[in-house]
Amino acid sequence: MSKKLLAGPYLVWMVGFIIIPLALIVYYGLTDRNGIFTIANVASVAEPEHVKALWLSLLLSLVSTVVCLILAYPLAMILRNRGIGRGSFIVFIFILPMWMNFLLRTMAWQTLLEKNGVINGILSLLHLPNQNLINTAGAIILGMVYNFLPFMVLPIYNVLCKIDDDTINAARDLGANPVQTLLRIWFPLSVPGVISGITMVFVPALTTFVISNLLGGSKILLIGNVIEQEFTRGSNWHLGSGLSLVLMIFILISMAVIAKYDKNGEGSAF
Amino acid sequence: MSRLQRFLKRTWQDFYLVLILIFLYAPIATMIVLSFNSSKSRTQWGGFTLRWYMDMFSSRNIIAALHNTLLIALLSALIATVIGVTACIAINSMKSVPRAFVMGITNIPMLNADIVTGISLMLAFIAFGISLGFQTILISHITFNIPYVILSVMPKLKQTSRSTYEAAMDLGAGPVYAFFKVVFPDILPGVLSGFLLAFTMSLDDFIITHFTKGAGINTLSTLIYSEVRRGIRPSMYALSTVIFLAVLVLLIVTNFVPRRKEEK
Amino acid sequence: MKKGVFMSGLAAAMAAILLAGCGSGAANGTESTVDSNRKDSAESSDELYVYNWGEYIDESVITQFEEETGIRVIYDLFETNEEMYPIIEAGAVTYDVVCPSDYMIQKMVENDMLAEVNFDNVPNIDQIDPAYMEMSTAFDPENKYSVPYCWGTVGILYNTKRLEELGVAPPTKWADLWDERLSGEILMQDSVRDAFMVALKKDGFSMNTSATNELEQAKQALIDQKPLVQAYVIDQVRDKMIGGEAAVGVIYSGEMLYIQEEVANLGLDYTLEYVLPTEGTNLWLDCWVIPKNAKNKENAEKWMDFLCRPEIAKANFEYITYPTPNKGAFDLLDEELQNNKSVFPDTGSLVNCEVFRYLGDDVDRVYNDFWKEVKSN
Repeated sequence: MSKKLLAGPYLVWMVGFIIIPLALIVYYGLTDRNGIFTIANVASVAEPEHVKALWLSLLLSLVSTVVCLILAYPLAMILRNRGIGRGSFIVFIFILPMWMNFLLRTMAWQTLLEKNGVINGILSLLHLPNQNLINTAGAIILGMVYNFLPFMVLPIYNVLCKIDDDTINAARDLGANPVQTLLRIWFPLSVPGVISGITMVFVPALTTFVISNLLGGSKILLIGNVIEQEFTRGSNWHLGSGLSLVLMIFILISMAVIAKYDKNGEGSAF
Repeated sequence: MSRLQRFLKRTWQDFYLVLILIFLYAPIATMIVLSFNSSKSRTQWGGFTLRWYMDMFSSRNIIAALHNTLLIALLSALIATVIGVTACIAINSMKSVPRAFVMGITNIPMLNADIVTGISLMLAFIAFGISLGFQTILISHITFNIPYVILSVMPKLKQTSRSTYEAAMDLGAGPVYAFFKVVFPDILPGVLSGFLLAFTMSLDDFIITHFTKGAGINTLSTLIYSEVRRGIRPSMYALSTVIFLAVLVLLIVTNFVPRRKEEK
Repeated sequence: MKKGVFMSGLAAAMAAILLAGCGSGAANGTESTVDSNRKDSAESSDELYVYNWGEYIDESVITQFEEETGIRVIYDLFETNEEMYPIIEAGAVTYDVVCPSDYMIQKMVENDMLAEVNFDNVPNIDQIDPAYMEMSTAFDPENKYSVPYCWGTVGILYNTKRLEELGVAPPTKWADLWDERLSGEILMQDSVRDAFMVALKKDGFSMNTSATNELEQAKQALIDQKPLVQAYVIDQVRDKMIGGEAAVGVIYSGEMLYIQEEVANLGLDYTLEYVLPTEGTNLWLDCWVIPKNAKNKENAEKWMDFLCRPEIAKANFEYITYPTPNKGAFDLLDEELQNNKSVFPDTGSLVNCEVFRYLGDDVDRVYNDFWKEVKSN
């Protein structure tokens, strides 16, 4: 019995700092300034500027997720096939940038992409025309891919490492060509890792406001920026909460997808 | 496969690895180079200087932010570990329904978008009348750290056998004594990795801190954000270089020091 | 499902190392910093929470104030009036002295968020040129709440060399910011009232309008301009222009001295010039005010008084180079500087200039909604 008492402090904490805060978002999201119930805040997601922001967020995060996947899968395959041990230095090299402060990593790209930045500096050395790189959707996608790529590489790599060499050899002995092995063996067996990688990249990309602020020059408004500005520039906390509720629905959907494909949590554990 | 094919394949793979490495490290290398550039220009080399490092170490703001970041990471990781471990023991002894319920809620801060967690905590602090400052950052960090501790400790705790613990009790040990003598050594690796995980998560957080910080307090992340919004100063490159080297050294140490775990 | 989930592997590896006993040194190091922090906070009991714009004070002035009064200053920055307001309103953070602009002071006065300044504690208020006390009656009718700090205009900063390369004549009016040859070369202000001011003035409207059709037209103008804009920024305009990132930028006057000095120091091959658009512009006045929930009101008044002291105001002016309303400080300046029109524009020559007024919550909301439409377009 006494063991159950140990749950006390945690339960109090949980109620105070997880449940009540979320309840407050729901409360703010479903009321107006006078505290009267309304669904206007949630429904405002259908307003053209919010639809645009949400659509753009979905699009950009989708594109960067796909790019991450395309870059990460071959990388994970190569690392696995080289038989590089899991704790090895090579693997660390590929995830080391992840340990750098997230804002510093984004700042680095600002330095590279600006009009008089490093990339344009190199281009003009080569007598090539300067490119307009910063403050575009492309810059934001680049920032997302750079920041979240390791989150895609790791789960895929982990799953691939669990695939037994014997399985692959068996397939080969039975006459499967490399393409068939990839499609019939590698890919199906790595689905849990891929799925968990996708959510790892997709959710933070969907909700970011930092990357779009720093690399988008405030010209591109994502749903994260809308919510952040409703709170920090003070126009309307109720609206911001309402939009947060909508955002949570999208997160719940992606969680449901993960739960379906990744029942044992294989893809996520190291 | 012919020898040539194999050679080509390997070369191609090496090429790909190098390409990704360039993508990952080019920005970092650029910052390191620029941190020694005496010219503020990003395209012209004005000579070697350590001036930006001097600037950085003499900046009251940067040092205070560094201090806050480390202090919050350490305290929040410690407190989260204590709460998390006790919670694990309790959750482990629960029946399956309440247990699933508690675990479900525990996972919320980990699964939810940071921006929503940050906003919800800010609303709660204002509703509770807690003024924003050091304490609110600390509470927020503990909140999102606890799930990571539970996540690391729970599997270890499940592996421990109940019977040794009960045997210790039968032999006259009190529950607390029995726990620390019998169970704790088994879950210690989980506790430590939970602690370190919490520590790193706290170090790296920006979004939640952004919404819950108060007057005159910055962590490194929030400081960098406001600096970058005003224009990048070379002392930021110096800071990046220092942080990168710190991380590098830490990882090299963990890699090249032989692991005792395997000797067991 | 964030990165922590698989970082756990790394953490486990490190845990193994710690178990092997390598961690003790690091742990000791952090403990000592904990102690030093405690000492810091215990020594100072007298505090002042200051909330100001970025790059808006000479930091040595803060140090001097601390040394002279023994008050510890906790100094925080905001980027826009709109960002500052909800923080004061929510009351989760209490600042003792804040430096908003005209219309925002009016909004705070009307919403009963400010405490009256006890001017017995601010004798140096005499140093402020009466013209500016008069000007501030527009938002603080009885001069009860505010102490003027800096004033200025908003204009266009341009890069002479870049414009030459583009074959564009230097801008003289806001409408020049709609020139398609400047595509990707324009920096606009990322704050709602300033952005709308540009568009409203361009079409000859008042920047304090609440007429929906005029605002609609301004919104459309901003949407049309957006493809030409390189970025919407605030404090970054200065550094970006110095770095040659853009040809023209909308900027607060007062940065000119600093900019010209910096351009000379860096030995750049271009010059930056400032122009007041002919359609008229925003004349603004930033003042120190004390929020109602301030905890250290007397310290705040000491702060106000200190900043009004002529020598301090002069030192401050020399650093931030925004025109000072402080007559005492002005008299201390070189004659050359006093007559420098790009620093102290003739208030008489400011045709069509207006001061922002607070237009009420409903109109504010229209502005915000329209601004969001511009940004999301």
